[in-house]
Amino acid sequence: MEPYKKHESIAALLNRSNVDTDQIIPKQFLKKVERSGFGKHLFHDWRFNDDGSENTDFELNKSTFKGAKILVAGDNFGCGSSREHAPWAIADYGFNTIISSSYADIFFNNCFKNSILPIVATKKQLASLMKEISENEGVRFIVDLENQELTTPANNGFTFEIDPFRKENLAKGLDDIGLTLLQTDKIDQYEEKHKQSYPWLWV
Amino acid sequence: MKKTMYEKIWDSHLVVEVPGQAPLLYVDRHLMHEVTSPQAFEGLRLANRKVRNPHSILATMDHCVPTKDRDLPIADPIAKKQIETMANNCQENGLNLYDMKNPNNGVIHIVVPEHGFVHPGMVVVCGDSHTATHGAFGALAFGIGTSEVEHVMVSQTLPQQKSKTMLIQIDGELSKYASAKDIALAITGKIGTAGGTGHVIEYAGDAITALSMEGRMTLCNMAIEAGARAGLVAPDQKTYDYLKGREFTPSGKNWDAALAYWKSLPSDDGAKFDTVVELNASKIEPQVTWGTSPEQVTGVTDIIPAPEDFDDEIKRQACTNALDYMGLKAHTKITDIPVDLIFIGSCTNGRIEDFRIAAEVTKGKKVAQGVTAIAVPGSYHVKQQAEEEGLDKIFIDAGWEWREPGCSMCLAMNGDELTVGQRSASTSNRNFEGRQGKGGRTHLVSPAMAAAAASAGHFVDIRNL
Repeated sequence: MEPYKKHESIAALLNRSNVDTDQIIPKQFLKKVERSGFGKHLFHDWRFNDDGSENTDFELNKSTFKGAKILVAGDNFGCGSSREHAPWAIADYGFNTIISSSYADIFFNNCFKNSILPIVATKKQLASLMKEISENEGVRFIVDLENQELTTPANNGFTFEIDPFRKENLAKGLDDIGLTLLQTDKIDQYEEKHKQSYPWLWV
Repeated sequence: MKKTMYEKIWDSHLVVEVPGQAPLLYVDRHLMHEVTSPQAFEGLRLANRKVRNPHSILATMDHCVPTKDRDLPIADPIAKKQIETMANNCQENGLNLYDMKNPNNGVIHIVVPEHGFVHPGMVVVCGDSHTATHGAFGALAFGIGTSEVEHVMVSQTLPQQKSKTMLIQIDGELSKYASAKDIALAITGKIGTAGGTGHVIEYAGDAITALSMEGRMTLCNMAIEAGARAGLVAPDQKTYDYLKGREFTPSGKNWDAALAYWKSLPSDDGAKFDTVVELNASKIEPQVTWGTSPEQVTGVTDIIPAPEDFDDEIKRQACTNALDYMGLKAHTKITDIPVDLIFIGSCTNGRIEDFRIAAEVTKGKKVAQGVTAIAVPGSYHVKQQAEEEGLDKIFIDAGWEWREPGCSMCLAMNGDELTVGQRSASTSNRNFEGRQGKGGRTHLVSPAMAAAAASAGHFVDIRNL
């Protein structure tokens, strides 16, 4: 995984709540057996017209948001299915940071497996960020994972919370599986005990 | 200390807690389908890693499979490749796969209980958010992403943060034709699609113990629609009776040992939950969703709300957007909404009990003019059972299509889908924009409500039939 570094980037605004994973990556794109190439289908049904042209009414198609790495979105982002294709599409499109007041649990977990930092803001903080972007489209925010700080030109930034374990993995680009496999002897011991406690599961 | 069922399962599956890291939780059962697994197998190959416990895995093909003309090759080349990849991956790793031609094939969350593969007290995962279904057996079952699918295949564990607990207490008796689906929708309406975020729900009360195992599966299936990764129902005699004699259920001396363990699982009296929600079952009407989120739901005797009926600005905007997408006017009576297509099936409502009740409502009636009605059994076993009971004839005589099993129109990956503007009464679990086809309009209902709408051409209060 790519280590997450401090960066300054355009923040794009998607002022919608309950954005579900069916919108992030519609089901017709889930048939691929690869992990890559989902970015071009991100928000497909909102982003494109029926003839395949860009829907100019869709927020993220605004020229002021091109090249954004930060996505600011409404409450309960990523609800619905567990499809990891959603964070794959978000990362492949170019976002590495999402800011919302809450996330669906499975989506939230999936972000950390794909070098995406999902920042949790209070509703008030989120409203201020949304206001700042809508008044100054193309505005750039600074995300500093090490110091857990978001900085904005109009001083709507804040210190955010993140689980220390997840922070370290994100910052170093560490692979969860590799870390778990360091505990293989503990897993072996647990499994031996498990076989004695629940022998019917090992028939 | 008094413990909830969730805490008991958590404690017994804790492998190790390394300071500064997330606790590692042991996984007993890993369920798989073709959509969320190929990239995980690819990860194994690239890292030259092996599946740790092949016997812990049960796989099926369900999301992309056609529900008719199953003898023909799959027309969509990308779906065909995904199906072939699944078969190759399972063969290469020695996994038990119920492929499209297997008599055990069906939707993963229908097939797994049929074979007794999940028992009370287990930790169960699948790359699918509706894994919550298996909480009906008192198992901690939750959906995971594809990276986690790979993690579990390699290590049989997952780093997990402990969830909060929510008790949903539902007492009272359901009215005739109100079902587990209506309870699930009513809960989502009450607490919202983010109401259960960060929680594991335990459903309790007279109305829950009165549910069949099929009903409990429907209820737990939709825990995720209320934001919770997992739902649980305490195992009881119904659970044990359901499991006894199935392929993967312990027998003989092992049955006695397992049963003793299962009986120790229910939450201790007086165990503390972080959140408690109460509902009265007798007040739950048959439910119909009117919007593009499962929380946008109301009783069948009600009217569609107007944006100004909501105090919350976000909900007001969501209502405006939903009415626009759904092509509906505020304050229309639910029973005045016409329907074009009826879908009965999915991991929510594709079990034998669902087809029995739908057939009871359908018997002697005809599908209304201009309406298409499709019945998609959740598995070949459900299909066979329904046919033995003559249910298929009731549907076919009424003008329904009787299909082969699969996820079908629940998420419309296999070619079964709504066209732009088409309106469905669907027994599935999500009414998101485009979920059943781009521009399609979904109303979530119970099987009885779906069947009644098929004959009437619009929603009807089945209690008056």
